[in-house]
Amino acid sequence: MATAHVLEHTHTAGSFLGRYIFSQDHKVIGIQYFLTAMVMALVAGFLAIMMRLQLAFPNETWPLLEKLFPLGMEGGVMKPEFYLSLVTMHGTLMVFFVISFALVSGFGNFLIPLQIGARDMAYPFLNMLSYWTIVPACLLMIASFFVEGGAAAAGWTAYPPLSAVQNAVPGSGWGQTLWLLAMALFIVSFTMGGLNYVATILTHRTQGMSMMRLPLTIWTMFIAAILALLAFPALTAAAIMLLFDRHFGTSFFLPSGLYIGEQVLPHQGGTPLLWQHLFWFLGHPEVYVLLLPALGLTLDIIPAFTRKPVFGYRVTVTSLLVIAVLSLIVWGHHMFVSGMNPYLGEFFSIGTLLITLPSAAIGLNLIASLWGGSVRLTTPMLFALGVIALFGTGGLGGIFLGNAVSDVYLHDSYFVVGHFHFMIGGVTLFGIFAGTYYWFPKMFGRMMSERLGKIHFWLSLASFYGMFLGMHFLGLAGAPRRYYSFTQFSFLEPVVSLQLIVTISSFVFAAAQVIFLLNFFYSLKKGSKADKNPWNATTLEWTADSPPPHGNWNGEVPRVYRWPYEYSLPDAPQDFTPQTTPPAEAKVTM
Amino acid sequence: MEEAQRTVGRQSVTGMLLALVMAAVPLVAILYATHTRLPFVASQHGSGIDSMINYTLITVGVVFIVAHLIFAYFIWRFSRQDRVTSRLASTKAEWRWTLIPVIVMILIAEGGVLVIGMPVWRELYGTAESDNVVTVEVTAEQFAWNVRYPGKDGIFGQTAPARIELPVNPLGVDPTDPNANDDLYLGPELKLPVNKPARILLRSKDVLHSFFLPHQRIKQDAVPGMVIEVRFVPTEIGEFEIACTELCGLGHYKMRGVLTVMPQEEFHRWYTESTDLYFPGE
Repeated sequence: MATAHVLEHTHTAGSFLGRYIFSQDHKVIGIQYFLTAMVMALVAGFLAIMMRLQLAFPNETWPLLEKLFPLGMEGGVMKPEFYLSLVTMHGTLMVFFVISFALVSGFGNFLIPLQIGARDMAYPFLNMLSYWTIVPACLLMIASFFVEGGAAAAGWTAYPPLSAVQNAVPGSGWGQTLWLLAMALFIVSFTMGGLNYVATILTHRTQGMSMMRLPLTIWTMFIAAILALLAFPALTAAAIMLLFDRHFGTSFFLPSGLYIGEQVLPHQGGTPLLWQHLFWFLGHPEVYVLLLPALGLTLDIIPAFTRKPVFGYRVTVTSLLVIAVLSLIVWGHHMFVSGMNPYLGEFFSIGTLLITLPSAAIGLNLIASLWGGSVRLTTPMLFALGVIALFGTGGLGGIFLGNAVSDVYLHDSYFVVGHFHFMIGGVTLFGIFAGTYYWFPKMFGRMMSERLGKIHFWLSLASFYGMFLGMHFLGLAGAPRRYYSFTQFSFLEPVVSLQLIVTISSFVFAAAQVIFLLNFFYSLKKGSKADKNPWNATTLEWTADSPPPHGNWNGEVPRVYRWPYEYSLPDAPQDFTPQTTPPAEAKVTM
Repeated sequence: MEEAQRTVGRQSVTGMLLALVMAAVPLVAILYATHTRLPFVASQHGSGIDSMINYTLITVGVVFIVAHLIFAYFIWRFSRQDRVTSRLASTKAEWRWTLIPVIVMILIAEGGVLVIGMPVWRELYGTAESDNVVTVEVTAEQFAWNVRYPGKDGIFGQTAPARIELPVNPLGVDPTDPNANDDLYLGPELKLPVNKPARILLRSKDVLHSFFLPHQRIKQDAVPGMVIEVRFVPTEIGEFEIACTELCGLGHYKMRGVLTVMPQEEFHRWYTESTDLYFPGE
C-alpha cells in the first residue's frame, strides 16, 4: 500500500501550476486554506474596526471611508443599514471563512496525513476540489458589498423574514442572495473536506497507529469532521429553501399575512422558527467544529513545552466524544425566547449545561498538564496558555446563557457577544496562533521570530480582554447586540462610556495582528533555518523533512510503537521519545 | 550550564509576568462587576431571574477566581524548574481528579437550573388563572410598537392584514366588528396597573422583533404568524422603556416604546373613561 502511494504521488508534482495552484498535495492545500483565511481575516477585521468606530464615535464623519463605500458611508456618516451589513459580514466571514478555513481546513489538511503517517489524504483530488469550491464562495461574499443594497444585513444567523423579503432591509436584495449561494458553496466544500478527514483517519493510519495512539489534534479533527458531516447539511437544505422563498414564491419560512412595504405578501403556511431550528442545528455543532480542533492543537503543543505527557489523555478523548454527542441536541438554547414551546426550553437548558461536565474535565486536564512539568514559555506555548485562559472565561460565561432563566434577560445582549468571542473568537484564534508558531518550521522550513511573536502575544492577550471581558458587563447592564448606537435609550446611558475602552482595545488588537503578519512574511524569507525537529517533539510530522516533500517521507512511511506524549521517560537517552522509537530502545508507556 | 541557567532566568520573568496577568484577570472582572448594575427589578418573577443570575455570578465567580489563581500559580511555579518532577498520573488518578470539575459543574450549572431556575421558569410560562388579568395586544412592526386593549367588553375586534390602511387602521381591525368599537389604541405606550397580572398577546406584522422590558426582566420574540402570550406582574409604579432585541432592520436600535405602570385605581379610571379609541369615530 505504501509503495502504491509513492507511485501515485511522484508524477503529480510537476509544473508550477500543478505544484502550487491546482495541487493535490495535502500540505499545499492546507497552506492555501491558511493564506485564504488570512486574506479573509483582513477583510473581516477591517469590518470590525469600522463597527468599533461607529460605536465609540456615533456622531463622527469619516470622509476617507466614504471613498471606499460611497453608498454605505454617504457624506462620511455610517448608515444604520450599512452598520448591519458590517455586523452580518464580520460574523459570517470570521466564523466560516477565517476560523473554519485556518483551523479546520488549514491545520487539518496539513497535519492529518503527517501525524497519522500517511502519504496524503484518502482522496487528494476531492481535497483539491474542496479548496477550489471555496474560492468562488469567498469572491461572492466580497462582491456582495458592491451590489445594489449592499451586503447581507440580517445578521450572520440570517433569520427570515428579514433575510427572506427583499424590501425588509436594504441588504436583503442581491446581497442576501449572494450570501446564501456562498454559504451553500462553503458547506459543499466543507462536506468534501469532512468526508476526506474521516476516511483518511479511519483508513490511512500507519502501522502501529491505533486510535488510542492518535495525537489529540487528530482526535479533535476526526470528531469535528463527523460533527460537520452530520450537522451542516441542515443548513444547505435551509439555504436552498430560503433561496426558493426569496425568488420562487415558496413559503417555507414565511407565514400568511406578512405586511411589508405597505402591502400584504402572498406567502402562506410557513414559519420563521423552522429556519432557526435548521440554522442552529448547524450553528451549534459548528461552534464545536471550531472549538475542539483549537483545543486539540493546544493539547499537542503543551507537552512539547512542559516536557511531560498531557494529563488525562483517555479522559480527554472520552470528554470530546461526549461533548460531540451533546452538541447535536442542544441547539435550542439559542431559541429560549424565540416563541418555541417553553417545555423545550427546559430540556435544552438541562442538556446544554450537561456539556459543562466534560468541558470542565478538559479544562482541568489542560491546567493539570502543567503540573510537575518544566514549562518553557516560547511563543507557541504562550498562545497555548492563552487558549486555556480564554477557554476558562468563555466556558464559565456559557453557564449564564445555557440556563434558560438567566437567558431570558441576557439573550441577544452584549453578554452573548462577549461570550462567543471568547470561545469562537479567542480560543480558536489563539489556537491558530499557537499552531502557526509551532508548525511554521514544518510548513516552511524556517523559524518565526520569537521576539516579534512575544510582542504579538502580549498585545493580543491584553487587548483581547479589553475588548471582550467588559462586554459581559455591558450585557448585564442590558445592552442589546446589533445596535447601531446606544443613544436612544436612557437605561443604556451607563453603557455608552464603556464603548471607548472596547474600541481602543480593538485598535491595539488590530495593530498586534499587523506584527504577526510582518513576522509571518519576514520569517518566510529570512527566518533561521529549521531542522526536522526544532522543538524536540514526539509526533510523526517531526520525523519528516522541514518542509516535507510530496509524499511526506522520502523512504518508508514510519512505523509507530507508542502514544504521542512520550516525554521525559525515565532511562530514555533523551527527554523525548518519538512515536517511532521501538520498544527495544525505550519502555512504552501507552 | 550557565546558558541553561540564563534561559531559566529569563523564563521565570516571563512566567512571573504571565502569572500576574492571569491573577489580575479576576480582579478586573470584580472591578467591572462592582461598577455594573442591572436595571432595578420591577416585576414579580424578575426577582427570581435576578436570584438565578446572582447565584450564577457568585458560584461561577468563585470558580473563576480559584481557577485563575491555580493557573497563575502553576505558570509561575513550573516555569521556574528545568526538570520534570511529576510525569504521568495513573489512569485511576486521572479519573478521580475528573470527578472534581464534574461535581462542581453538577452543583453549579445543573443544580442552579433545577433548584432555582425551574420554579422561575414555571412562574413565567406556567398556566396562570385568566380572571383578574389585564389583557393587552402588543403588535410589533418596523420600527414601532402598537398597543391595543380590548376595551370594556373585554373582546378584541378582529384583525386581518388585508385591511391595514395607514395611518387610520395600522393593525387591520375590522370596522364592522362590534367588538372593535370600544378597542383602545395607544401606539407605542403600554399602560398597566401595578401588582396585577398582565397578559400580553405579542404579535408582529412583518419581521421578527423582541419585546424587551429591561426592568421587568421580560424578553420575548415577536414572531409573524404567531400570537405569543407573555405574562408578568409589574410591581413598581413609574415609566419604563421598551426596547427591541431581535434584529429587525435599519431602525432596530431606535425601536423604543414606553411602559407606564400606574396605581390600580388610576388605571381603572383611565381604562373605563379613555377616549383613546382605536376608531375615534367621525
